[in-house]
Amino acid sequence: MDISSLSVKKIKQLIDSKNISTVELAGLYLDRIEQLNPQLNAFVTVDKDKTLSQAKQVDQLIAQGHSNALLGVPIAHKDIFCAKGWLTTCGSKMLANFVAPYDAHIIEEFNKSGAIILGKTNMDEFAMGSSNETSYFGLVKNPWDLTKVPGGSSGGSAAAVAARLAPLATATDTGGSIRQPAALCGISGLKPTYGYVSRYGMIAYASSLDQGGLMAPSAEDIAYGLNIMAGHDERDSTSVKREKEDFTAQLHHPIQGLRIGIPEEFFSEGLDSDVAQAVEQAIQELEKLGAVRVPLSLPNTSLSVPVYYVLAPAEASSNLSRFDGVRYGHRTQDYRDLIELYEKTRAEGFGAEVKRRILTGTYVLSRGYYDAYYLQAQRVRRLILQDYLRAFEQCDVILGPSTPTVAFGFNEKTSDPVSMYLSDIFTISVNLAGLPGLSIPVGFGKEHLPVGLQLIGPHFSEAKLLNAAHQYQLHTDWHQHLPAGIAGN
Amino acid sequence: MSLTDQEIKHLAKLARIHIEDTELSLLRDQLGKVFQLIDTLQAVDTTGIEPLSHSLALNQPLREDRVTEPNLRDVYQAVAPEVEKGLYIVPKVIE
Amino acid sequence: MQWEVVIGLETHAQLATHSKIFSGASTAFGAEPNTQASAIDIALPGVLPVLNKQAVEYAIRFGLAVGAEINPRSIFARKNYFYPDLPKGYQISQYEEPVVKGGMIHFLVEGKAYQVRLTRAHLEEDAGKSLHEDIPGATGIDLNRAGTPLLEIVSEPDMRSATEAVAYAKALHQIVTWIGICDGNMQEGSFRCDANVSVRPLGSDTFGTRCEIKNLNSFRFLESAIQFEVERQIEVLESGGVIIQETRLYDPDRDETRSMRSKEDAMDYRYFPDPDLLPVVIEESWVNSVKDTMPPLPQVLKERFISDYGLTDYDANLITSDRGLADYFMAMTSNASASPKQCANWVAGELLASLNRQQLAIDKCPISPNKLTQLIVRIEDGTISGKIAKTLFDILWTEGGEVDQLIDSRGLKQVSDSGAIEKIVEELMSQHPDQVAEYRAGKDKVLGFFVGKAMKASGGKLNPAQLNDVLKKKLAG
Repeated sequence: MDISSLSVKKIKQLIDSKNISTVELAGLYLDRIEQLNPQLNAFVTVDKDKTLSQAKQVDQLIAQGHSNALLGVPIAHKDIFCAKGWLTTCGSKMLANFVAPYDAHIIEEFNKSGAIILGKTNMDEFAMGSSNETSYFGLVKNPWDLTKVPGGSSGGSAAAVAARLAPLATATDTGGSIRQPAALCGISGLKPTYGYVSRYGMIAYASSLDQGGLMAPSAEDIAYGLNIMAGHDERDSTSVKREKEDFTAQLHHPIQGLRIGIPEEFFSEGLDSDVAQAVEQAIQELEKLGAVRVPLSLPNTSLSVPVYYVLAPAEASSNLSRFDGVRYGHRTQDYRDLIELYEKTRAEGFGAEVKRRILTGTYVLSRGYYDAYYLQAQRVRRLILQDYLRAFEQCDVILGPSTPTVAFGFNEKTSDPVSMYLSDIFTISVNLAGLPGLSIPVGFGKEHLPVGLQLIGPHFSEAKLLNAAHQYQLHTDWHQHLPAGIAGN
Repeated sequence: MSLTDQEIKHLAKLARIHIEDTELSLLRDQLGKVFQLIDTLQAVDTTGIEPLSHSLALNQPLREDRVTEPNLRDVYQAVAPEVEKGLYIVPKVIE
Repeated sequence: MQWEVVIGLETHAQLATHSKIFSGASTAFGAEPNTQASAIDIALPGVLPVLNKQAVEYAIRFGLAVGAEINPRSIFARKNYFYPDLPKGYQISQYEEPVVKGGMIHFLVEGKAYQVRLTRAHLEEDAGKSLHEDIPGATGIDLNRAGTPLLEIVSEPDMRSATEAVAYAKALHQIVTWIGICDGNMQEGSFRCDANVSVRPLGSDTFGTRCEIKNLNSFRFLESAIQFEVERQIEVLESGGVIIQETRLYDPDRDETRSMRSKEDAMDYRYFPDPDLLPVVIEESWVNSVKDTMPPLPQVLKERFISDYGLTDYDANLITSDRGLADYFMAMTSNASASPKQCANWVAGELLASLNRQQLAIDKCPISPNKLTQLIVRIEDGTISGKIAKTLFDILWTEGGEVDQLIDSRGLKQVSDSGAIEKIVEELMSQHPDQVAEYRAGKDKVLGFFVGKAMKASGGKLNPAQLNDVLKKKLAG
């Protein structure tokens, strides 16, 4: 069987109709991972025995007549989610030996739904990066061009889905870490509304911005996954109490009359023309389906990157203090006293980008600077939210490019952190405002590299975003394109 | 703005990260660029704007006062670098 | 030069919740190390805090008890510093917006009334314990205490002597235990004080440089530490030196304070609002419902006892010194079968003495309020004498049993039959003719001799008033 064209819906049908067993299907994916992962390095941990034993249990459930939502559907989890008994590294040497003693909320939910864990995917260290180059476990290659980055921080999940090593993958997004790699790898990726997906068991980077989400070839696949992933969890104080929603129910609604806001700031300088062109074509395609273009302005867009690089490092500097070599994780070999234990453990355990952000965060919170940096950034954060709230008085969704360029080369931006930071210019403001954002593939730019369109909606408008994207994907096939050389078996 | 080596060392000490002197020049250069970026916020007029901590204006949920956690010491200490008699071990701390 | 002492206290009261402030782990004292340290308490990667409602309610109770403002919207912040007993590398505490603002503590020192203003009271989590003696050459970390809820109560620098500071701390201790938010156990660290001490020339209106003495866990240590520190500061200033603002530790063995070098490098805690927690909103309706369940405060009860029952100031103070004692007394007076004054005498006398002798708390008292009331009723209706009552009290205390049953089975009933009393008296008079003669010769004191003999002969059961009458009549001849 060619698994490279399988959707979640198709897998459910195959399993339901007993055309394939969970063990067989998981085996096919494990084979493909074994074959392709060595060049891509999308997975940090694969454990065949664990996967197959979980699949066996699910087959027993099926035999007993159970019919959970994702019974038998294979899934890859970003290595930021604690999964009991699985190595959970967060892409860091600090946690290179950390076997999680508990399950994240979303891991519990996917396990309960009957999904099968294929493995843990590579990522930028502690989710800090936009190219997956900061991972302690090595570079991830973009399946479309092995000399290009897959984006980050969820680069492993993106590459795994792009190469069809998994039909569905979890990921997280603090400033664009789902949407940017999804765009660069030619797949769909959703960052839900802040608070919609529990952060319990998701290793924290910037708590007020972090949000778990999903990657898959299509919006429809994501809708199936989101049904499991979204929902209230009392262990996360920022988790929102809402009725359970069926995100697949609205996919088929027509989008006639959908008002699509086009912010001028998303199409200004810094945007490559190949990306602009593909995005413009996608907008026209949506217009053909009945959507109505509404030009608008998000005047504070350019401030989102500096705001983010105050707030996220500040929160990170505190969140990462627990990695001190005392209770788990890396501990330095030689130390004379407690201070040296701390300082050497953290110097060895953290990579350069993580250290830079910790130092930046330490600075902006320190005495005498807090008001000027941290509070000022929080004020501008409110301005950015207000921009969006005003915009949504005029439109239903906002559209623009997910990234200013297509995938870039390795080491192209590593020497200048700010140039790397700017690759998230279109995604960061969405996190600051806590909005849902979806990136879908809409064609190719230079060197036949994928281009992503970003759809942004008001809080809790995931169903609307997925609906618009699905309608687009019913009429286009960009999400079905496969990178050359890895199509089929 | 840019940081002096002294300031970088002070930050590293606060953050408990050992920095070699040889790392300082690159760090100074890179942090300098980051601070140049975030300093652009200083020019924004935010008079009368309340700081925003979370995008949704929600209140803290409260938990009932019940003991729900079992003793999982052995499970948690299985991943610890050094334990003895149920205690996490660190070098002698002198007060 | 004349110096004026200025003292402010920061008191940590451990809140009497079952579970921790941000996790469902038990707060019980004395468990094996790290057996009450949950994933949240040891700060595993990915875990998150959820606030314990009871801890907030206790803070509201405190605020109401001291006449403070309950902040309708308080914020938890992170206080960042590295220490092995602080697993997250930050302590969750309230900084700019505490749950309780203001308030006042009233107390007496040698009959003189004092008031100390409170700045604030805020919720925070306790750290774990660093054990330096258990493992040779190393420090062991026990995180059972990590995450235990604390209410930090901060006073204004309103105290002018160690005596006042101790009286303030005792008054605060009485309040937190009285309203049931803290068990007050100072040995176990449930109530501990940091003292900010400075001195200034008498008449000066600016404060001197202060030193903070940390972790004083007994009233005696609080007093000695402040006394030492005041003397030290005056000595330094009078010999031309300056006081350095620092944290000091009191060493009870040497009775001195000394600088804590480990905390010397200027701390920069980098406070910021904890992004894992949202604003704590306290609606007025919640405050009102807490108000409805508040026990009457000691001061109010004391005044009520004096005016309604005619208790002495001394007895009223004694009985309201402890919530349990007051509850016990109120349980006795609730059915109005015994005189409240008698009840007070027994509670303040025999009961308290017996409790103290055995170092028992009132909730462990072997005699129920109901039983003690019955006993007093039997004195008042003449069934038993006051002396026998004490015997009966001891039996009830050590062996238990029912009041009336014991009076019957042990034959404790007072003899009020004048015939029986006369018989005993006549017998005694015939045995002691010399003493009878002495009495008749005008030595009235001999009456006591016969009372004693009669009581002894009867096992103390004769009605004393009746006995007196009979003796006087018979001896007069």
